[in-house]
Formats: sequence, C-alpha cells, structure tokens
Amino acid sequence: MIRPGKMIAEVLASIFKKPATNLYPAEKLDMPKKFRGKLIFHPDRCIGCKLCMKDCPSGAITINKIGDKQFEAVVDLGRCIYCAQCVYSCLKKALETTDNVELAQLDSNKLKVSLNENSNNSVDKPAE
Amino acid sequence: MHDSHDFKIPVGPQHPALKEPESFSLALKGEKIMGVDIRLGYNHRGIEKACEERSYIQDVYLIERICGICSHAHSTCFVQAVEEIAGLAVPRRALYIRTLVAELERIHSHLLWLGVAGHEIGFDTLLMYAWRDREIVMDILALLTGNRVNYGINTIGGVRRDIDADEIQQILKAMDTLEERTKYYIEVVTEETTIIERLAGVGVLSHDDALRLDAVGPTARASEVKRDVRSDDPYAAYGEIPFNVITDNHNDVYGRTVVRVKELMEAYQIIRFALKNLPEGPIEVKAPRKIPAGEAVSRYEAPRGENVHYVKANGTENPERVKVRAPTLANVQAVKHMLKDRFLADMSIVVAAIDPCFSCTDRLISIKNLDNADTKIINWEEIHSYGIKWYAERGVDFSDLNKRFAERMGNR
Ligand code: SF4
Ligand code: SF4
Repeated sequence: MIRPGKMIAEVLASIFKKPATNLYPAEKLDMPKKFRGKLIFHPDRCIGCKLCMKDCPSGAITINKIGDKQFEAVVDLGRCIYCAQCVYSCLKKALETTDNVELAQLDSNKLKVSLNENSNNSVDKPAE
Repeated sequence: MHDSHDFKIPVGPQHPALKEPESFSLALKGEKIMGVDIRLGYNHRGIEKACEERSYIQDVYLIERICGICSHAHSTCFVQAVEEIAGLAVPRRALYIRTLVAELERIHSHLLWLGVAGHEIGFDTLLMYAWRDREIVMDILALLTGNRVNYGINTIGGVRRDIDADEIQQILKAMDTLEERTKYYIEVVTEETTIIERLAGVGVLSHDDALRLDAVGPTARASEVKRDVRSDDPYAAYGEIPFNVITDNHNDVYGRTVVRVKELMEAYQIIRFALKNLPEGPIEVKAPRKIPAGEAVSRYEAPRGENVHYVKANGTENPERVKVRAPTLANVQAVKHMLKDRFLADMSIVVAAIDPCFSCTDRLISIKNLDNADTKIINWEEIHSYGIKWYAERGVDFSDLNKRFAERMGNR
C-alpha cells in the first residue's frame, strides 16, 4: 500500500528499546578476536633480521641492537597504522598484536615507545 | 527589475553540505541550473607516486587507504593486477574469502548510502535506522578481518586471515537479520509516497545517455545498462557464484535507490552461497618480493561501480607505475548531465545519488597524443578550456551566457 508515514510504526516501537549506542568510556566494547591493536614484542625471540622494519608501510617500527644478540623494538604509535604486517613478516613470531586501543596521549613524544619496557605494556593483555 | 536571474553559485571546495572538499560551480537562471562546472583535485594525495617508492607489500596497505568505504575494492583490484604479472595461482579458498569480504563491504556501503540519501532529502529517520542496521555488518567485518574499516585482509597471493565454523555461523545469523531489515527498507522505498515523490524524475539519465557518458555501477544499472564487472569479466570467485545483475528502468535517483536496495538482497545470497561452498585448502601462496617485469590491468566492481587499476612492474621490489581509475570519475560526467535544467534544490541529492567518493577520484590527468607520441600533463584550466572549446564546436556554448553574466556584473 502506497502511503505516507511508512516508518512511523518502526519509530514508535523503538521508543521502548534500549539505545543502540554505548556510553563509552563508561561502557567498553569487547574487541574482536582478530583485532589489531598495539603491538607486543618478545625480545627473547627476535634475531634482529629487521624484516618487520622493511615491510612496515609507515616506517613506524625500528629494531635497535642493544647488546649481544639483544634487540629493542621501538614503535611510533602515532605513525603505526595497525596493519600488523610486521607480525606477518616476522619469521620468529617475536611480534604480536593485542586488543589495546586506548593509546591517546596529550604529548606526542609519549607516542614513541619501546616495546621492551614492561611499563608501556601495562594495559596489554598477556598473549594467549 | 529583471525577471531572469543569471548568476553563479560556488559550492565548495569547503562547504557544509560536502563531506569531502570538491568544488561545484552552478550557473543559474532563477532556480534553474543552466550549467555545472565540477572541479576535482582537492583531495589529490599523490598516492600513485608514493606507490612507486614503496614495495608491493607496503603498497597493498597504502592502496587500501585510497578510500575508507571501499578499501577492499582498491586493495583487491591492486593485488589482482600484481598477481597477474607475477603469475600467481591464488588458492580458491582465498578467492572465496575475498568475495565474501567484497560483498560485506557492498552491504555496508549501500546501507551507508541509503542513510546519506535519506539525510540529503531531509528524511533523517531513514538515516538513523539504516546506519543502526549497518552496525551489524560492520561488526561482522570486524569479526572476520579484525577491523571495521581498512580490513587488511588482502595480501599478494591470497588473504591473511582464515575463517572458522563459528564465524560462518555468526555471519549467517547476521545475514538473516539484515535480510529482514532490507525487506523492510525495500517496502519503505517502494511504498512511502514522500520518498517516491521526492526522488522520482530527479537526476534523470536516460539509457542512451548512460551509455554515451560511460556511467558505471548502480548509476548505470538504474538506467537499464546491464553493466557489472562481476558478471561481465568475473574475478575472485564470482565466476562460480550465481547472482542477478540488478537493473531498473526508472533512470532517476529513485531508480538508483531501488537498484541499491535490491543489490543488498543479492549480496546476502552471494554470501550464503560462498559460505556454503567455501573450498578447503590454503589461503595464500608465497609471493616473490621482486615482481617480474610486466604490466596488468585489473577490474573490480566496487559498490560505486567499476574500479580499474593498472600496474607496471620492472622486475624490482617496487612497481614502476600504478594508476587508479575510481568509479566516481566515470560518473562525474553523468552528474553534470543530470543536473542540467534541474533545480538548485536537487543538486545535493543528485550528486549524492552517484555515491561520490572524491578521495578515490582525485588524480592527475595525463594526456597522450597518439599521433606524435608525446605525453603532456595538463592542468585543470587547460582541460577546462579544452572542454569548453570542444563542446562549443559541437554546439554547446556557454559564451553567450558568460557574456550576459559579465554585462550584468558591469551594470551593477
Ligand atoms: S622480523 Fe621479527 S625477528 Fe626480525 S627483527 Fe623484526 S621482530 Fe626481530
Ligand atoms: S602494525 Fe603495521 S604500521 Fe604498525 S609497526 Fe607493524 S607494520 Fe608498521
């Protein structure tokens, strides 16, 4: 039947439904299992091949040699596009993604973090 | 007192009604649009050039970011071209997963469009409900690929993420809900008198004009042009999946709305078929870092129409040339035609009806003269005056109008 006000019934029914939106940050959403958030680094597995650096599309990750067979991963969280290509490129599984998304900082210098320091990983969930 | 009002209204490049910077200049007589000048280029980001300086694998992510809505369209189109040059046989399971994500993307894009169209005509209720339902498919995309936009599912030689039985169940469940909702929207669109009266007869593009102006995607299909890369030149798994190419004979914005909502129903069927017939096996083949010299053109039916990528490889790790032709560029000419002799009030919905994506479209124009084989890059002014001259020779001449504008300005 062609008539105006076709959506009125739907609108009225919605009055009694709960809102479709969430009250972030009071209510947090669960991230999907495959979500690509902030990276974590396992220094013990890294062999310093720098394949991750080579494939990173945005030049966000840097691997520094900090000692004999010891490497440090520094990520610029502001440059990182969270594509996880570094995770795929790493043959030693030294990098992993987490569901950590709350990475905003007031000071842009704080976005450049070393993944070796545990303090920076404090909100990260341990790898499954 | 004059009873005719000739003047020009610039809309954009920065304008509250436009979500992306792009400039439209409308020549008006009273409320009637006499001519439209569209100036592209404000979103030019040099992505094609940047691609030449990065490796193929880095380019996949860069290309994906050409557009936030049809990101999978661009990345698939690009990897298809690279895979063709490298002669990679992509596993069937990967092709099915690509198809699956492609259709999910079409669903989210068409629902987004339905909302935007509702908003442009002042029907914000439709906007709210269409976008609420769009969240269902966004969640599914996040479940499948990890992210809501820029899925990062493609890699050269296949896909990066597999899907499991639990995810298949969740997708099927979401498809049922969405199908129900889409049926409701089809009812709304075909039965709500306000929508029909507002959209019917607006932005008319006849069948012949659609062919002549090379319209693509739903814009062409709403003018009964059965043009769809998925069936004309099947890529990914489309060759094995039965589906209907939706066309409509309304030739106007209403027709474009009908085509898009009906395409949603097709997308649900394609997804169900792909999930049911998902082949077992690996999801990627190893791609070489250095792609052998060669070139390829790849086509893809994006939600907005045919997307074309050209890639030229020279045997190194970086491509020598990447060229992108997004569907909006093909449809922009049609917009000029649709707006002619219509009213100013129709402008926003007519432009919105091609579902324009200017960040995809903005590229440099390079003209190759085939007679003496030299290439030149021309700027907008040049192509602008060239176009005017070309049309003037064929009897479409605005110089009269311009003269009258000038006189009027002088009289002030
Ligand atoms: S690719 Fe892996 S092993 Fe190689 S440097 Fe990067 S993190 Fe270390
Ligand atoms: S997630 Fe992507 S952008 Fe971020 S460091 Fe890894 S490769 Fe680079």
